[in-house]
Amino acid sequence: MTGTRTPAAAAAAATDAILHDTLHGDHRGVVVDSPPGAGKSTLVVRAARELAAAGRPLMVVAQTNAQVDDLVLRLAEQDPQLPVGRLHSSEPGAYDPALTGLPAVRTSAKIADLAELDVVVSTAAKWAFIKVAEPWRHAIVDEAYQMRSDALLSVAGLFERALFVGDPGQLDPFSVVGADQWAGLAYDPSSSAVATLLAHNPGLPQHRLPVSWRLPASAAPLVSAAFYPYTPFRSGTGHGDRRLAFAVAGDGSGVDRVLDEAAESGWGLLELPARHTPRTDPEAVRAVALVVRRLLDRGGAATSERSADPAPLTAARIAVGTAHRDQAAAVRAALTDLGVSGVAVDTANRLQGREFDVTVVLHPLSGRPDATAFHLETGRLCVLASRHRHACIVVCRAGVAELLDEHPSTEPVQLGVAVKFPDGWEAHHAVLAHLSEHRVRWRP
Amino acid sequence: MNVSRESGSAAAVPPAEQPTPGLRQRLTELRGPGVRPRALDARALAALAANPGCRRRALLDGAGVDKAALAQALGSPAAYGRSQFAIVRGNAFEARVKADGGAELMRLLRERLRPGAAGPQEAAGDAETAVPDLSAAGPEGRAARTALALRAATEAGGWSLLDHPLLAVEVAGSPAYVEPDAVVVHPDGGWTVVEIKSFPMIDGAADAAKVGAAARQAAVYVLALERVARQVAARTGREVRVRDRVLLVCPKDFSNLPTAAAVDIRRQLSATRRQLARLTRVEEIAAALPPGTTFDLRLADDGTTATRPAGELATAVAAVDADYAPECLAACELAFHCRGRSREDGAVAALGRGLRGELGGLRTIGEVLAAAAGPPGPPAQGSAPCGGYPDSPDSPDDPAVTALRRAAALRAEALAGAAPVAGRRPEEPGCH
Amino acid sequence: MSLIETLARMEAVAAGRARPLTTVRHRHLSERPLVLVPLTTSGEAGAPLGALVGTDREKPLLLAVPQPRDRDLRFAFLAELAEAVLPYLDGFADGIEWEERQETDPETGKKVPVQVELCADAPQLIVPSTPGVGYVRLLGRSMRFRRTAEQDPQAPYPAPPQVPLLGRWFTHVGERARVPGASLLLPMTGLLTRHWATGQSMLEDQHLGALLVWIDPPPGTSGRAAAEYAESARDADGQLRCPPAGPATDPAFDNRLLAPAMARYDAGLPGAEDGVRDLVESLLRPTWDAVWHGIDLLRALPAGAHVADRWKRDRWSYTAHRDRVRAGEPPQPRRDDAVTAARKLSARESAQAQLDAQEALDDPLVMAGRRLAGAAFQGTVTAVEPAFSEGRRPMPRPLVTLRTADRPQLSEGGKLYRSLADGKTQTAEFAGFAPDEPDAPVVRLTGGMGRGREPAPGSVPEPDDTVCWTLFEHAPRGGPALPDPQDTPWTHGGPPPDPAAESPDPVTAEDLL
Repeated sequence: MTGTRTPAAAAAAATDAILHDTLHGDHRGVVVDSPPGAGKSTLVVRAARELAAAGRPLMVVAQTNAQVDDLVLRLAEQDPQLPVGRLHSSEPGAYDPALTGLPAVRTSAKIADLAELDVVVSTAAKWAFIKVAEPWRHAIVDEAYQMRSDALLSVAGLFERALFVGDPGQLDPFSVVGADQWAGLAYDPSSSAVATLLAHNPGLPQHRLPVSWRLPASAAPLVSAAFYPYTPFRSGTGHGDRRLAFAVAGDGSGVDRVLDEAAESGWGLLELPARHTPRTDPEAVRAVALVVRRLLDRGGAATSERSADPAPLTAARIAVGTAHRDQAAAVRAALTDLGVSGVAVDTANRLQGREFDVTVVLHPLSGRPDATAFHLETGRLCVLASRHRHACIVVCRAGVAELLDEHPSTEPVQLGVAVKFPDGWEAHHAVLAHLSEHRVRWRP
Repeated sequence: MNVSRESGSAAAVPPAEQPTPGLRQRLTELRGPGVRPRALDARALAALAANPGCRRRALLDGAGVDKAALAQALGSPAAYGRSQFAIVRGNAFEARVKADGGAELMRLLRERLRPGAAGPQEAAGDAETAVPDLSAAGPEGRAARTALALRAATEAGGWSLLDHPLLAVEVAGSPAYVEPDAVVVHPDGGWTVVEIKSFPMIDGAADAAKVGAAARQAAVYVLALERVARQVAARTGREVRVRDRVLLVCPKDFSNLPTAAAVDIRRQLSATRRQLARLTRVEEIAAALPPGTTFDLRLADDGTTATRPAGELATAVAAVDADYAPECLAACELAFHCRGRSREDGAVAALGRGLRGELGGLRTIGEVLAAAAGPPGPPAQGSAPCGGYPDSPDSPDDPAVTALRRAAALRAEALAGAAPVAGRRPEEPGCH
Repeated sequence: MSLIETLARMEAVAAGRARPLTTVRHRHLSERPLVLVPLTTSGEAGAPLGALVGTDREKPLLLAVPQPRDRDLRFAFLAELAEAVLPYLDGFADGIEWEERQETDPETGKKVPVQVELCADAPQLIVPSTPGVGYVRLLGRSMRFRRTAEQDPQAPYPAPPQVPLLGRWFTHVGERARVPGASLLLPMTGLLTRHWATGQSMLEDQHLGALLVWIDPPPGTSGRAAAEYAESARDADGQLRCPPAGPATDPAFDNRLLAPAMARYDAGLPGAEDGVRDLVESLLRPTWDAVWHGIDLLRALPAGAHVADRWKRDRWSYTAHRDRVRAGEPPQPRRDDAVTAARKLSARESAQAQLDAQEALDDPLVMAGRRLAGAAFQGTVTAVEPAFSEGRRPMPRPLVTLRTADRPQLSEGGKLYRSLADGKTQTAEFAGFAPDEPDAPVVRLTGGMGRGREPAPGSVPEPDDTVCWTLFEHAPRGGPALPDPQDTPWTHGGPPPDPAAESPDPVTAEDLL
């Protein structure tokens, strides 16, 4: 681990080493693994600014338009004078209108308009259509573990060397058509960009950010052990540093008891009676909505290292995470029925990279008669269990442990494909075992 | 893999792992008097992996009942069997791989398991390989001989190749014997399981389902070896590591030349470990059976003809629930029998595990079709999505029922051909 | 599996016979397909036992190997197979039409239209089942690196020139078969399961005999009983009454019939070779007939509107491979290089998106599945309100209100598509629901209305019209261009080795495997 250094010192040392390799190293690539909330965006912004300050213009590749806009806004916030180009598609509404007000940011659908700028940011999909005579000397590839190998193939000709940053624990890229015939090849187009990069360039320096500033001390050990068994990290805060409290005492109901448990321990499991249900299980959906409603009604207040005074737990600081879109839609409707608005309700895919004080999760396996590869996917559970700064409350039907035990273990094995760890089955068991210590049984 | 299991041959395993006398007695009754328990062979392992939740399979495999003979007596024989061409070819290939004291095998092993990462002794490369004699009488004897050979080889600190060692593994509280194709002892005290298969590796790729099955089989060997490793470590004071990367040896391309790949079996190890641990439920399943239940076929003097009436056997089998799914057909000898029952019951899962996901609490085809036959459209006002479950399983408030009715209405509309909506203009393409 | 398909399977259980999954046929069926029913030897990779092959259902050509472990006999089989199949494959090479294509002029760098050849029709190979497709690939792999005496006078076991050529064609159609919707090489089980739902599971549907009797049960029997008979009924000799569709054989056949027959052949007994041939034919013939029965069933379905479009892509694929063969290019390498792999994946992903869209547009029953999934909605127009875009030159953006029972997964501003009578696609966006009416979505038309100030006549739906909007594109675009393989970047290992450098498989000393 990171020894006896303080979290801040350990994180600073890691960042210094990364920047040193990026600015002064002689490798063509540098890879940085960043667990949830470890300051990945901060690192990207800092590396971009230092490269620019050293007179080395660079291109930045992110995976979605929202990520690109977010990076541009952060760059402008940190350095309002830095000339930044936002390359976008020619579709209307292709970028955040907030960018137009920034003095040093130029937006265009044509690379020629942005060629002279210090930093040009766009999505991998847009970069893939760009042709330039001279490649950039530097690039930063953000969310590189969510980027597919073939996407990297179509942009890698644009730069000479690059810093690859990403979270290996989140959802893997995938293909809707079979790609088995390339399994085991280093450049399997459906694998992640980092997997291909490292398979061909095993000597590249690999770093990792060792401290999660988002996850509280109650969550980091579980998330680290369950999802990052070979690359552990720790929380930047201690057990007493964060506190969640409610102004209104609990009414003794199951919902209020799970809130109190989560406030106390950082985790809560609201367990409904076992039952096979379709995905939009009305009872579970309503339970999720009730938990949110009570979080707001009871006047939650979050105390953290960010300020001396407790911050009120508002709707904007709460998120609901689900596995499927129709579940998210059902939760939104249930929240509307309860008069709640302003809470982010989305699938794991769309919550990637976001941060809240409290999250309420509809367990991916709740009520299911069987587990599938989709529901067992490690990254999905990891995203859902690692968005919170204070507490995570999981709503689930009983019987998931048995469901996992009865899951067939007949996965095919492709020769030459590195086994990804941990596998979802194991991670689910680990999380469930931990959650069961914070269980409140409730019959609606 | 060749395996065998002896009833009452617990001598090779520590006393703590012996089944309780009551359970062993009960399992003997289930097989029938004088019937030797069946081995935990590759097919039993495949059935375990394909359907770990099936209580019927857990009980029958745990008791060592001959499921193939049982299925035959029930009138639903399994279609398994091996072509003699495949057997001859497999044996010839294994012999070729192990020829010359395993020289070719050892070369492949050193090449594929990265000698660079191994200890300095391994770098010596073509060091002498010992091939200890493992022959002994009976499975206990062979297992004991294997354990001794492993200990001696580990103490000697060189390379050793154990050809067809016999290992004991605990299944449902009683010992079963498993026989890997080979185990290699490294100079650093590491042990590697070797699996020799006759399916080809073509251009470095092989049938992923077959590699998966081989990996699960190897996981059982590693678990069995770990027991011996603990004993050897305790007695020798050396660190003994059973490696979680096994060597899979297959014919290369279209030839009979061997090639090999290292297979990381950590996932299979953790799943198999958990599944074997759960087989202890056999005691609890057996306890719930009606008194006197037995799967004894009452074989005639020819040793193959069952004299027990099929109806009686069917009743005995029905005393423990199955969890039939179509995947069983490729993995379990009893699958045709269970499929027949499942189809008679109209069980939804007989059409596939996956389609249960959207059906909620509906279990039978009759229930689903009845639910779908109700009036289409959203449920009554003010109920979903916040309402609870009504008592009736096919109430329109159940989202599964709502979805089924919409599906049935959409399907009927499309099959009816012309869209039923009034005012449609003929040139309007609609959804066509 | 979608709920509509689940329901269809359950209806099939109740009805005792398969139920339709489509209202039209979604795959091209050649007027003169080549049916190939191969058998392989158990335990050996690429050691064929026999095959029935041909375009005439009454007169299949029987090829059999009396001793598959004998290399000379194996190679003779492959040469015969090539003689039987290559004339069929070549038979489409010269019937051409001209197509205009944009190509970059090497001198000016500008895109210029050029006339290129496109074969007017293409071959279509039909095998019984999915493992048959895999076997065609395997045979392709085993043949394409063989050397002819002309290429290498020193080669042991030189191959007749048609053998490596057939290997390249089998490899080509085998790869093409991985493209969703492609029809150069098709398994009959896949064709039938696309169009019918049986009362059994998808796994059981892989048995061609069982699948067929669910779709077309013999008079007086239920699909279930007939399928169970087809799967497992055996005669007094322990042989399956309905042999498996291959390429694997039943162990009971190997052990009780084939092994003794081969032993007689090995012993040089008179008539032994014919004995093996008869056995092989007896095993192949029921499957041969089953494949043609399946073709009859499929021909009874009308073709979907986009089937010809997709077949044209198959014709392009055939033409391109014809050109590569004619240009003397080397055989396909053992494994794809990085750029080729990425190109193939990208092409297959667009083909999948296109296939999904086209099947839905061609078939109301497929569209019903998309509507149920919330990816499309159909309804009646209740109101149309003229509106215009902002800007210097306002364009029509009429608002169309629908009433629908569907539950699309709409998000504000999300794009929508509609197929117009002339086959063009109209674009629109979701503009929210009508006030207090959750089943009345409002759609803002954004395209397909011409260039004028007023929408072109007939381009805006009218009240009481039935319209169907999809959330998915109708003609999804492919991905971006990838670099030339010679420009493979450092992240992907740099340029691949020359494909011509692939060496033949080494030949081992023994005659027998």
